[in-house]
Amino acid sequence: MQTFADSFSTAFGLIVTGDPILYEVVGLSLQVTFSAVAMAVLVGGPLGAILAIGRFPGRGILSVVVSALMGLPPVVVGLGLYMALSQSGPFAVFELLYTPMAMILAQFIIVTPIIAAISRQVLSDLSLEYGETLRALRATRAQTIATLLWEARPGLLTATLAGLGRAFAEVGAVMIVGGNINHVTRVMTTSIALETSKGELAMAMGLGIILLILSFGINAALMGVRGTQRARAYG
Amino acid sequence: MRTIALSVAFSLTATMACCGPFIVVQSTTSTANSGLYDAILPQFEAESGIEARVVAVGTGQALNNARNCDGDVLLVHAKSAEEQFVAEGYGTERFDVMYNDFIIVGPGVDPAHLNDAENASVALSSISATGETFVSRGDESGTHQKERALWEVAGIDTEENNGDWYRETGSGMGATLNAAVAMGAYTMTDRATWLAFGNRNTHEILFEGDPVLFNQYGIIAVNPEVCPNVRSEQAQVFVDWMLSDAGQSAIGAYTRDGEQLFFPNAD
Repeated sequence: MQTFADSFSTAFGLIVTGDPILYEVVGLSLQVTFSAVAMAVLVGGPLGAILAIGRFPGRGILSVVVSALMGLPPVVVGLGLYMALSQSGPFAVFELLYTPMAMILAQFIIVTPIIAAISRQVLSDLSLEYGETLRALRATRAQTIATLLWEARPGLLTATLAGLGRAFAEVGAVMIVGGNINHVTRVMTTSIALETSKGELAMAMGLGIILLILSFGINAALMGVRGTQRARAYG
Repeated sequence: MRTIALSVAFSLTATMACCGPFIVVQSTTSTANSGLYDAILPQFEAESGIEARVVAVGTGQALNNARNCDGDVLLVHAKSAEEQFVAEGYGTERFDVMYNDFIIVGPGVDPAHLNDAENASVALSSISATGETFVSRGDESGTHQKERALWEVAGIDTEENNGDWYRETGSGMGATLNAAVAMGAYTMTDRATWLAFGNRNTHEILFEGDPVLFNQYGIIAVNPEVCPNVRSEQAQVFVDWMLSDAGQSAIGAYTRDGEQLFFPNAD
């Protein structure tokens, strides 16, 4: 198996030569994933908080549904979104099929349940811990949620990282709704799929290594932020 | 929180702001994987000012996507399915654009002795007789439709052996070739994908040249009467260019390792 050795030199070669196609593909990957995860945090975080702290009928069922949606197969999300955005589908007027926006929507749908479910867990644990104190201090509902969200930062960061990882590595959905169009909707994972289907395994694996390095960098950066905050809190 | 919202808003507008005139081409994979589009589309784009966005999927899926009005032009290779597409009103007219041929590839040691076969039926019969593994696309692509027709002519029921020596990957040509190489199995592929394929290992062409292995590619503009959203003016420009002298000679000029991959044959 020559391919493994080749793939490392291919990856290294792409990075040091500053391959413009690589930068374009990486740029679009980051743009799509960050947009999708940011939207998912804005929706999934509060949804998790409502599920953790809210008291309303159907809360238990809704929690189970959100947890179950974590297991949504991306290809099913892609197919559903394709049918929705297709020119023969209900949302044809937006003309979103085969655009980066369609890929953002797909990843948003995949990631939101993950962030909501982890946030719910983190917040309900904290609510058990601080609930009595907050009640003793006669905190309002809004104050309670704000305090818990603030205290839950490390857990919410974990939720965000889990979402980022899932979105960044996802291929099935973005392939269908993006179409892997050169210079328009081609991202890291669809490039890897394309190179594999061309039998260019070293190139495919090389791109995979770059994807892993990027993922490592993002995680390290976010964990670094968390470390600084902790140092400040206790310093 | 506000910075997150702002960055979302920014990146959303960034993704939406773009594009001069463009068309979406629903295409078979072989023309994309072999690098043909990378070679000829820049010339089309320079001459017409229209960007051609290629969605490369199997012929079956390309036809379906076009039936949903999600493409402006079809470029595929399954003539009877294409003619049906036009007959149903989805396409304006079908034109021959180019051809090449199908080949059967397999491990160099050739355990089923395809090298000696005098025609495609004999070649397939010897695979089934020896029980050597054959990997099929199994995805309703143009190649899969052709392959099934050839088994039928040879009088072999693959359904009976499905999962035994006959294995369907249900995926694209490249993935199927990767599987065949890994399994040491036979498979049928179009010549262009094979010539551009990078993971051949010890696999080689073991059967070729029977006239029944002819592989015709057709081009169809999607009918604006059925799909009012199609960019039919630009689509027609693309079809006309592919059939013109400029397009045809661009197709004929494309080679890999000195071999021509597609042979233009527009009327």
